Amino acid sequence: MRGTLAIALRELKSYFASPVAYIVTAAFLVVTGYLFTLILLYSREASLRYLFGNMSVLLLIVSPALTMRLLAEEQRTGTIELLLTSPVRDREVVIGKFLASLGLLAAMLGMTLFYPLLLFVYGHPDKGPILSGYVGTLLLGASFLSIGLFASSLTANQIVAAVLTFMGLLLFWLIGGAADLAGPPLGDLLRYLAVDQNYNDFTAGVVDSKAVVYFISVVVVFMYATVRTLESRRWR
Amino acid sequence: MIEVENLVKYYGPHPALRGVTFAAQKGEVLGLLGPNAAGKTTAMRILTGYMPASSGTAKVAGFDVAEQAIEAKKRTGYLPENVPLYPEMTVNSYLGFVADLRGVPSRLKKERVDEVCELARITHVRDTVAGKLSRGYRQRVGIAQALIHRPSVVILDEPTVGLDPKQIIETRQLIKNLGGDHTVVLSSHILPEVSMTCSRVVIISDGRVAAVDTPDNLTRRLQGANRVHLEIRGPAEPVAGALRAVPGVLAVASEPGQSPDGVTCTVECGAEADARERLAAAVVGSGWGLLEMRSLSLSLEEIFLRLTTTEEVSEQ
Repeated sequence: MRGTLAIALRELKSYFASPVAYIVTAAFLVVTGYLFTLILLYSREASLRYLFGNMSVLLLIVSPALTMRLLAEEQRTGTIELLLTSPVRDREVVIGKFLASLGLLAAMLGMTLFYPLLLFVYGHPDKGPILSGYVGTLLLGASFLSIGLFASSLTANQIVAAVLTFMGLLLFWLIGGAADLAGPPLGDLLRYLAVDQNYNDFTAGVVDSKAVVYFISVVVVFMYATVRTLESRRWR
Repeated sequence: MIEVENLVKYYGPHPALRGVTFAAQKGEVLGLLGPNAAGKTTAMRILTGYMPASSGTAKVAGFDVAEQAIEAKKRTGYLPENVPLYPEMTVNSYLGFVADLRGVPSRLKKERVDEVCELARITHVRDTVAGKLSRGYRQRVGIAQALIHRPSVVILDEPTVGLDPKQIIETRQLIKNLGGDHTVVLSSHILPEVSMTCSRVVIISDGRVAAVDTPDNLTRRLQGANRVHLEIRGPAEPVAGALRAVPGVLAVASEPGQSPDGVTCTVECGAEADARERLAAAVVGSGWGLLEMRSLSLSLEEIFLRLTTTEEVSEQ
């Protein structure tokens, strides 16, 4: 547990030692700010529903940038040898890395709270969908980050990790598109696995336990896969 | 303190270790000596729990590195061949991080960081980021991190590679001082280096232990007697007698050979001269048949020839 915390804190600090965290955060805020203004002026509606939809697309690009370095860099520089020979379990390493990226993502989302604040000052938005939208976005982000972390464990090259993550997320995003084509048994499965189906409920103000379980399962599955990849590296 | 038994490690079909056995007592400085790619790093990586062995066991302080990995790792300090530094971290925060990782209690953390900085003489670079340190300082920080949790076993992979002569001398002195309190295993491909720092040497070649001895004895064996194996057709007793009479021969052991009228002899000769020509002449001159002759100590000698016997000032 203490190892996990040490790894997470070190990782968070190192985000800010390079320009990555600043650039990603700034870009994220610029784009969401622009979209917020645009959507607000067009719709004249005190809601974040459409902004959340756009944010989730942005996360497709932001997540690989946050996770590409996590394990790839440790493998490239050899510091992974320090982590794996310390009295820390593999899963503690993986959880620490995940928490660091989740922490940064949460901070980024936290900064966007400025938009709903504006809505509350000048209007009367519905609190429920905003709250559930943030919960959903954080869950969605967590599942994206776990996929990115897994990709980062597969290679010692950050760029390869980023490309793998982005492609994986895109596929994950589009999987629902094949649902109607596939017909009943497979189609239902694909529809359940589709990200947007699970995410849309949140932005509409519904926190469905099925969707919560879905995102948490994705996180658990990919974290487990990451741990196994770390283990398998040792066998080579 | 360290028990390694019959370690075998395959990388795919390629064997890196083919049954390595050695042990180190408490407070001992043990050297793993061998040419590059002999399996030293592999043995160390198994011992530190970085990778598992294909078969065989390794124990650190009585804990199996595979089955009681966490307990074994708590008692091990490890400096890999490439010092595992994070370039953006200062020495101070790096050592603090490693202390957390190795489970040093928070209240002792500052004290331990001070202690290892003092020991490795890096106190004046504590606020420097690792990426700006010279090779020598990086190596010292590497040794400091290996000691931060006061491990009973310290494992150092090629600790002096890439250092300048002055730094090499300092590092060796540091390692020598570690013995006694810690059990130290270090690897090297330079014979004089292990002679200077280690109380015992394990020579690893091609994934096998070629010899285990004190540095002095190894040097003696290297310069000392040569052994020659002979297969001769002739009567056992007279043959042995004739061989003993050859100048330079110290001892002869004979036993019945593979052919019924033959004899197999192992002859110990002094190192000063190669006695093989004289042995052959003595056998043929007496009218016996010389079926085979080969030098027995060649294998160890070959290993040594592949080792650097003089110090290189610069690496790579």
